[in-house]
Amino acid sequence: MSALVEIRDLWIEGRSDETWSPIINGASLSLNKGEVLGLIGESGAGKSTLGLAAMGFTRDGVRISKGTVLFDGVDLTLASASKKRELLGKRIAYVAQSAAASFNPAHKLMDQHTEGPVQHGVMSRAESVKDGIELYRRLRLPNPEEIGFRYPHQVSGGQLQRAMTAMAMSCRPDLIIFDEPTTALDVTTQIEVLASIRDIVEQFDTAAIYITHDLAVVAQMADRIKVLLKGDEVEDADTRTMLTHPKEDYTKSLWAVRAFERPQKPAVHTSATPVLSVQNVSAAYGKIAVLHDVSFDIHQGRTVAVVGESGSGKSTTARCITGLLPPSQGVIQFDGQSLPANYKQRNKDQLRQAQMIYQMADTALNPRKTVGEIIGRPVQFYMGLSGKQKRRRVEELLDEIEMPAAQYIDRLPSELSGGQKQRIGIARALAAEPKFIICDEVTSALDQLVAEGILKLLARLQDDLKLSYMFITHDLATVKAIADEVVVMKDGEVVEQGPKQDMFAPPHHPYTDLLLSSVPEMDPDWLTNLLNERGVDNIGDAAVDKMS
Amino acid sequence: MQSVIRIILQRLGLGLLTLFVVSIVIFTAVNMLPGDFAQAILGQGATPAAVESIRRDLGLDQPPITRYIQWLSGALQGDLGNSFAQANFASFVGADSGVRTTVAQQIAPRFENTMFLAAVTACIAVPVSLVLGILAALFRNSVFDRATNVTTLTSISSPEFFLAYVLILFLAVLNPVLPSLSNIYDGMSFGERLEKTLLPALTLTLVVTAHMMRMTRAAIINLLASPYIEMARLKGMSPMRVIVKHALPNALAPIINVIALNLAYLITGVVVVEVVFVYPGIGQLFVDSVKIRDIPVVQACCLIFAAAYILLNLTADILSILSNPRLRHPK
Amino acid sequence: MSTLPTLMLLLLGVAAGGWVLRFAGQKATGNAPVFRDMPFAVAFGYILGAGLLAFSVWYYFQPTLTEAGTPNAGVVFFRWAVQFFIVATIAAFLFRALGRTVGTQFSKKMFRQMPLTASFGVLVVIVYAFTAIFAAWLAPHGQEAIFAKVNVLPGGNAATGGDPLHPLGTDQIGRDLLSRLIYGAQNTVGIAFVTTCLAFFLGGSLGFLAATLQGWLDQVLSRAVDVLMAIPSLIFALLLMTIASAWAGSERWLLTVYMILIIAVIDSTRVFRLARAVGLNIVVMDYIEAAKLRGEGMTYLIFKEILPNATAPLLAEFGLRFCFVFLTIASLSFLGVGIQPPLADWGTMVRDSAQFINFAAFSPLTAALPLLAAGAIALLTVGVNFVVDWMLHRSSGLKE
Repeated sequence: MSALVEIRDLWIEGRSDETWSPIINGASLSLNKGEVLGLIGESGAGKSTLGLAAMGFTRDGVRISKGTVLFDGVDLTLASASKKRELLGKRIAYVAQSAAASFNPAHKLMDQHTEGPVQHGVMSRAESVKDGIELYRRLRLPNPEEIGFRYPHQVSGGQLQRAMTAMAMSCRPDLIIFDEPTTALDVTTQIEVLASIRDIVEQFDTAAIYITHDLAVVAQMADRIKVLLKGDEVEDADTRTMLTHPKEDYTKSLWAVRAFERPQKPAVHTSATPVLSVQNVSAAYGKIAVLHDVSFDIHQGRTVAVVGESGSGKSTTARCITGLLPPSQGVIQFDGQSLPANYKQRNKDQLRQAQMIYQMADTALNPRKTVGEIIGRPVQFYMGLSGKQKRRRVEELLDEIEMPAAQYIDRLPSELSGGQKQRIGIARALAAEPKFIICDEVTSALDQLVAEGILKLLARLQDDLKLSYMFITHDLATVKAIADEVVVMKDGEVVEQGPKQDMFAPPHHPYTDLLLSSVPEMDPDWLTNLLNERGVDNIGDAAVDKMS
Repeated sequence: MQSVIRIILQRLGLGLLTLFVVSIVIFTAVNMLPGDFAQAILGQGATPAAVESIRRDLGLDQPPITRYIQWLSGALQGDLGNSFAQANFASFVGADSGVRTTVAQQIAPRFENTMFLAAVTACIAVPVSLVLGILAALFRNSVFDRATNVTTLTSISSPEFFLAYVLILFLAVLNPVLPSLSNIYDGMSFGERLEKTLLPALTLTLVVTAHMMRMTRAAIINLLASPYIEMARLKGMSPMRVIVKHALPNALAPIINVIALNLAYLITGVVVVEVVFVYPGIGQLFVDSVKIRDIPVVQACCLIFAAAYILLNLTADILSILSNPRLRHPK
Repeated sequence: MSTLPTLMLLLLGVAAGGWVLRFAGQKATGNAPVFRDMPFAVAFGYILGAGLLAFSVWYYFQPTLTEAGTPNAGVVFFRWAVQFFIVATIAAFLFRALGRTVGTQFSKKMFRQMPLTASFGVLVVIVYAFTAIFAAWLAPHGQEAIFAKVNVLPGGNAATGGDPLHPLGTDQIGRDLLSRLIYGAQNTVGIAFVTTCLAFFLGGSLGFLAATLQGWLDQVLSRAVDVLMAIPSLIFALLLMTIASAWAGSERWLLTVYMILIIAVIDSTRVFRLARAVGLNIVVMDYIEAAKLRGEGMTYLIFKEILPNATAPLLAEFGLRFCFVFLTIASLSFLGVGIQPPLADWGTMVRDSAQFINFAAFSPLTAALPLLAAGAIALLTVGVNFVVDWMLHRSSGLKE
């Protein structure tokens, strides 16, 4: 039997500044009917480009320079535009990363759902509407009868993603390309989208290419995994083999990231004064209350991870601590002394002692200043150093973050990689010689290997300099890796807090339990087991709703 | 639906408020005239009666607030005061008969002419620029796109009178197809009137089309880059259907905005073009009145221009609210 | 009126030609993708373009004199336009080639990326700046010098009513037009430049202040600007000029100063809007928050953190504003209420010589006079706009 999709020696180039540079260098893949292939790689690996090329489609400024893409015997690189239109939507469908942006805001979901079947002559509109409702039901969307007659902006993100999967299914295609369909979702929402996608692909025996950067997700979804690195194919094997016996070094290093974990530090002496103490803090944006009675302590040399999903109030807590958002109630104490609520009333030393590292290194560094100027400013501002002394201190700091000063000191942020930018952010915080640093999702915009490097650096600095960290994150793997204590937040309240080892062992608060169990694991049977354990109706939003 | 009505009422209120404040600004500006203005405008040989008459018209014997209220309530009833133009003449003759044309009498026919000119321009410019803009966006970076880019940029950069004289040179002097002077009078047939209006309208079209085309192009390119257009193409829809069904409904708001903005721009352009072609519209009246410092007319014209400008922007605002599905169908 | 049917027929011909082109292409190349996927509109465009090109070439080589001996003015003007276009292209090309070989590393790189339109723009700006600065040396006579011969025709040929002393002729009171054209660069461009700088200083500083401080100051300034912007700028300028002229009385230079102030204030509202928007975009960046939390003062924030990141959009806006101010001043002068005599100024020159356009059929050179002054205005704005367009395109990255 010949394969459904057969890509042979495909080369793809992208245009930048009038020249063409390679994106994919000679990729090959084949996919049988009903098979699910996982494409994984870090950002810039070319996985989306390859996924779209499997549909015979390239974005503007991208071209296929060599190779063939055979779909059911038809070479899509040579096919005429009208021939390709016959296949797209009808036999090959696409599910995009952001459903909110990929649904046309001007039409109702059902109108967009039926467009494919009606235009391709697969079904009449009435049949397609009926079928759509049935698909919505199978994808476990709430109110399947009614939800299709809403506009996209009236439906939540996780539901839109499932509606888009339904739309892809509307003509019963032979192949669906899933392009990072759950990346933008919270973990508890992600799980129900994953479950419903997997079910429906199995039910209709559809072949799929599942593109993602998340290993644990791909382990649940794919029969076979292909690893890409900067446009080159690294390794291709069936899921279980790939997970247990990766061959290539790159693949092994990807797998190993998950294993990084710092040992739990012994409990702090109860009488010790915490470096930072948040006491009964409540805060509001205007009239909307966002924080309710939040309290926790951070001791010297310890890391407190503040965990929660979007909207849980973890970043607002950081704004209260820094004084950007004065709390409506409660106090922030530093070394046993109350800090003024507004940062404008704090003195230079108080400001110096608490530093911050941001999520997006791109917006955290002034693009017009060199590395030397960025790190040099706090050195000059707080320490009063200038000239040669200042330069020597900047060089020391660059050493500290493992970036050779001679090479980097005169560079602009735009000439650095994402991980290097984040390191400069760390050096800028260190330059103030603080006791306490707030790390706001510092690794979530980075690829896993790079993120691991940053986490290791932060851990080493903590040991060397006795720093205290408040680590804001939504990623439980990061928590496992670096935290000593954990604070779980939901809807502006602290749900549970305690030492890491206690938090990751039962008994849990129900929400912590839900959060923990929703994090995909590398075990390919994890999703199946979880669903068996909890039942299909007890995951994701439904479970969250039941709790509150 | 209620929230949409509320937003629209808010915008309407805001528009009215702006117009009110603008009227204060215009009034205040005129009140900054030097004290001996009436004497200055009429010259040394003016009769005391004429000077006094002007002073009375400006209401210089009353406090500013009273004057403002009188002016505004008059303006609301269509009474914009008396023109100085006749007073000048009367003082020259030496006898002020007391009978003068009102500003409203002067403006009314010219206002109609200007509206006619603007309407002709819009009828040509709007369809042409939308079609060209969409074509340029669809074939972007092609030879056609680059050529139109350079041409429109040149046309935007040229002063209106340059374009006007080039058109006169080619269409009136070298090839006498159209008249270079637009003497419009009562009782002309529609065809005649259109012929006389065509050259100024073409000049305005050149300027406005360039603006409108570039903005349409930018709006459409912006739209075509959105993920839902890619999605429609990936669903195998024909290019025609992608444009008509997926792009156009969302392009409505930006296109309406482009049109309204450019019609508002016409208001400024009309002044120079009317002067070049001696077109008897409100713009020419305005410039003439500025030169002879016929304050009541200047004031009234200014208010009319500002009102039209605000009205157009308001219309654009409201129409784009109405075309936004997020606002029409709230959660 | 047989124009309309002829036009329709021509269009039909082009449409048929397009279809034939595509069909023939498909047959000849064995259905190569270029022809197979070619939309009809593109084929139509190719034929239309080719037709226009062919017509232009044919028209260019028509005789400049009719059989009756009178000049064929249409052809004359067309040749001038084409020749100007070719010379401009060559000049821009040479200038860019020069820029690529001479200068610093940075400027060389810039010239390498520059399209021809932008290098033409830069060249135009340099030439104008040079003319404006050295007008006194370049002009053969003073701008106010009055000669005995009035209304000398341009061309410098005594046989056709010209005078070699005055290549462009003299005006109705006997001033040398070439000199006035050159001095016009100094006056018109100089005044527009000063006005734009003033508008930028005013609007820019207030805009950044509003963006950084926010609160009530921002509210008050923004609402005031909203109101001022609700009056079309040329109309507002004319209104204020009426009042200014009453104040200036017979002091004409004072009126020019008033005009600079009035236009600067009106235009500063647009600058304010942009500066505020740019400022607000920068203020929400994390590096600003980091600087605030470090305890930096307002001066450091504005000058060291915000301004360096706002230069690119501000520079582009400066170009656009300059064009706008320049055109407004030219329009005011054209309407007779702008730059006042005896200063030489292009807008006024256009107005004074406008009636010559009617002599085009007999003496193309005379008719070119008003177009020359108006063209001088247009050329500079076109040049600046070309440069700005390129800058905007570059800063928007590869979005298109």
